[in-house]
Amino acid sequence: MSQEVLLSVKDLRTEFFSSKTSSVTAIKDVSFDMYRGEVLGLVGESGCGKSVTSLSIMQLLKDTPGKVTNGSATLDGVNLVEASDTQIRDIRGGKMSMIFQEPMSALNPSMRIDKQMIETIRLHQDMTKEQALAHAADMLKKVGIPDPARVLKNYPHQLSGGMSQRVMIAMALSNNPELLIADEPTTALDVTIQAQILDLMKKLQKEDGSSILLITHDLGVVAEMCTRVIVMYAGKIVEMAPVEKLFATPSHPYTQGLIASVPKLGSGVKVLPSIPGSVPDLASMPTGCRFAPRCKYATDKCREQEPELLDISEDQKCRCWRTQEG
Amino acid sequence: MEKNVILSLKNVSKTFPVGKSLLGRPTKFVHAVNDVSFDVYEGETFSIVGESGCGKSTTGRLINHLLIPDSGEIWFQGKEISHISQDEMRPIRKDMQMIFQDPAGSLNPRMRVSELIEEPLLIHTDMSAEERAKIVNNLLKIVGLSDKHASRYPHEFSGGQKQRIGIARALTVNPHLVIADEPISALDVSIQAQVLNLLHKLQEEYKLTYVFISHDLSVVEMISDRIAVMYLGFVVETAPKEMLYKTPLHPYTEALLSAVPIPDPTLHKERIILEGDIPSTINLPKGCPFAARCKKCRPECLEQRPERVEVEPGHFVACHLYKK
Amino acid sequence: MPNTQNEQVKTDTSFEENYIDENVSVKTNKTKEFIKKFMKRKTAVAAFFVMCFLLLMALFGPSLAPYAPEAYDYDNILAGPSASHLFGTDQYGRDIFSRILAGTPLTLGVSLSSVIVGAALGTVLGLLAGYYGGWIEMLVMRGADVLFSFPDILLAIAIVALLGPGIVNVFIAVAVFTVPSFARIMRSATLAVKGSLYVEVARSLGCKDGRILFVHIFPGTLQSLIVNFTMRIGSAIMAASSLSFLGFGANIADPEWGAMLSLGRSYLSTAPHMVYLPGLVIFITVLAFNLFGDGLRDTLDPKIK
Repeated sequence: MSQEVLLSVKDLRTEFFSSKTSSVTAIKDVSFDMYRGEVLGLVGESGCGKSVTSLSIMQLLKDTPGKVTNGSATLDGVNLVEASDTQIRDIRGGKMSMIFQEPMSALNPSMRIDKQMIETIRLHQDMTKEQALAHAADMLKKVGIPDPARVLKNYPHQLSGGMSQRVMIAMALSNNPELLIADEPTTALDVTIQAQILDLMKKLQKEDGSSILLITHDLGVVAEMCTRVIVMYAGKIVEMAPVEKLFATPSHPYTQGLIASVPKLGSGVKVLPSIPGSVPDLASMPTGCRFAPRCKYATDKCREQEPELLDISEDQKCRCWRTQEG
Repeated sequence: MEKNVILSLKNVSKTFPVGKSLLGRPTKFVHAVNDVSFDVYEGETFSIVGESGCGKSTTGRLINHLLIPDSGEIWFQGKEISHISQDEMRPIRKDMQMIFQDPAGSLNPRMRVSELIEEPLLIHTDMSAEERAKIVNNLLKIVGLSDKHASRYPHEFSGGQKQRIGIARALTVNPHLVIADEPISALDVSIQAQVLNLLHKLQEEYKLTYVFISHDLSVVEMISDRIAVMYLGFVVETAPKEMLYKTPLHPYTEALLSAVPIPDPTLHKERIILEGDIPSTINLPKGCPFAARCKKCRPECLEQRPERVEVEPGHFVACHLYKK
Repeated sequence: MPNTQNEQVKTDTSFEENYIDENVSVKTNKTKEFIKKFMKRKTAVAAFFVMCFLLLMALFGPSLAPYAPEAYDYDNILAGPSASHLFGTDQYGRDIFSRILAGTPLTLGVSLSSVIVGAALGTVLGLLAGYYGGWIEMLVMRGADVLFSFPDILLAIAIVALLGPGIVNVFIAVAVFTVPSFARIMRSATLAVKGSLYVEVARSLGCKDGRILFVHIFPGTLQSLIVNFTMRIGSAIMAASSLSFLGFGANIADPEWGAMLSLGRSYLSTAPHMVYLPGLVIFITVLAFNLFGDGLRDTLDPKIK
């Protein structure tokens, strides 16, 4: 696998402003490189900043109180944070596209599928309406919709959850994006439908070698789909590793706790180790390591000084005093 | 040892009217629960699993007398309760409490934690304020909260903490049966394990019987003794946990089990991918409810509803592949 | 699979078992937040002060009045506003300013008490209709529809016409015409709260209907109740004054604001201050209650910042 960097995120910080002067920092010091052709997982629990990270990369914070206040996200040489609105509009849906958790709310309810797809395609590709329609039908066939002609004539509410997520994927892929950001793409779906969609995404990734940034809270989905994983906690990256390594030798106590606390089918245990306590409030972050109040290894140093995200081996990074000092 | 049946459902069905004609009569019915029968033994955890719309939550509400079945019987501690009045039901509720999926919604936002937790005591006992406060403070500690929190309001707590409050409330009157309707699915991964462990600890301490309703097969495997799998309002398979996970009989159970993503990247299992979507419960299929998506479907499956058969002791399945 | 770290975590669970989760968000003071938000609405704050002023006027006004309300001054008949008679005098030379002060408790008293009685009745009916549905709902809502089909003041006139004139009958008329608006608003508020999960939980815990209604549902409807209450006071003052103006209400000799307007009507061309000044007071009073109600509604709406 080539190690060509596709997306490079450096020191990204996003704050949410409640007024001109007061704000809470949702993510801080977020830096990572994403390589072409890999499926990179962004994992964490609600409020850890994984979705804010993806929205910051996509520049989708414009209508929210959120603002990127530091850092850069470079896709193919273009810094998305500083790019103009027209540049972003050109990239979004073209080079970089997104699928969301709620396929229903991401589709325009008052527009037929064919219109929506033709519009998306013609925004980025020089095609006539007929060509675009044919391309849309091809895309729907590619995502496993048996009867594209009928689905194209439907309105979103006439489709089931699984079906509309397929349509979303077809739309997102219709302009051959270099980067696909999938934000909890299967969370709203039932298990058997989730299996269909994951199966489809894996197949398409293998065929096209596309690069996917997969945001999820589900470690099962991560294990299934990803090649490399970033774990976030309380707005910061705490660990980064290839997927096998992350599950075999998790290094950060939070990652260890997270993996241990997920029931595994067929494991036969009755009681799970769990992480005590709850996630800190964004407005009142603990000083020192943000995980320290819930960490059973925490020392005074952990409670006073915040560790850096450092290499602990050639492909694994961790933000923890304990692993860094041996 | 002879096991005591604490709860028994016999051919319970429930429909909801949808759509209205000009005269105000319903034109269609959602068949939410269809001919459901099972027994729950004292002290066990009986789980009902299935995907959204399979009728598992409706079943929970039928047991709790929040809904009245159209037909069938519900026996709880030797008494038929499906059609008794609210007044007759009230003393029974002391023995049967419920925990809900949405921890925020299930707590009245205008009541303090102490008022929320002591409410069942006010209804079912005539304890003094001090006695109630003692029980509340003790329960707060048992569920891992501090008694300092008793005067706080629900919005000041996180989701997991709110669910702990809900659990404490269900336990005040020492119930025998607790119906837990997706109690952890609104919570974060690490918090889910906390609450599951808490439920497990409480079951041992208070000798509780759980009816655990969930869509998550990995969680169900951990917590259950016996499991019923529901599809389209029907129970398609009932079995002790070990049998169900080792030798699932119904093709739907098989597919459901194989669809669960396992958090282990070294494992590459072969998946059964089901075609199509879950059909609507308005027009029930004539034959087997699963026939349209079943890979082993035979002509008779489209024509005839399969009967429930006991394939091995305690292992029931409703499928034409298994005949008496 | 070798997984040393996980094994370690499994064996040592004492840390988790003894962990008490103290991580509760900062205690919020709802009253403080409410006041802060309300203070942002300048007109409503102004209206609030006018309202307070009016209430003080009702309490202490009569004793502070420069003249007795019935004091005749035949040297100053129909005199315009001046230093000695701030609002001028009427056809008997009585001081209008003193009469307005003296009339405040009467006008505000009748309106306030009739809204209180009407609101109480309407609230109970609305709660019952929303909670039980069925024939109770049918009866209450159709009744409200019938009362609503009369234009407000016509209904009040019809009632007074039926009962005969007099201040007590004005009170009854205004109370009756207040009932349907509360019944409607409380019914929809009840329906909204009744559908929430915590009410289903209350039922599952075994609460009796009375407890569900008054402990769980009623507090959730208080917001709409309070807002509607302040809004209706304005229209009750209007209605009471109008009835008196039309001669159905207070004795024409009483210093009731509407009655004073009515009295001034015949002198509109020669002494317009007899109409304009009491009219202005009524206008400001009604406006103050309405603006305060608006402000209160916006403050209580979590969607409005």
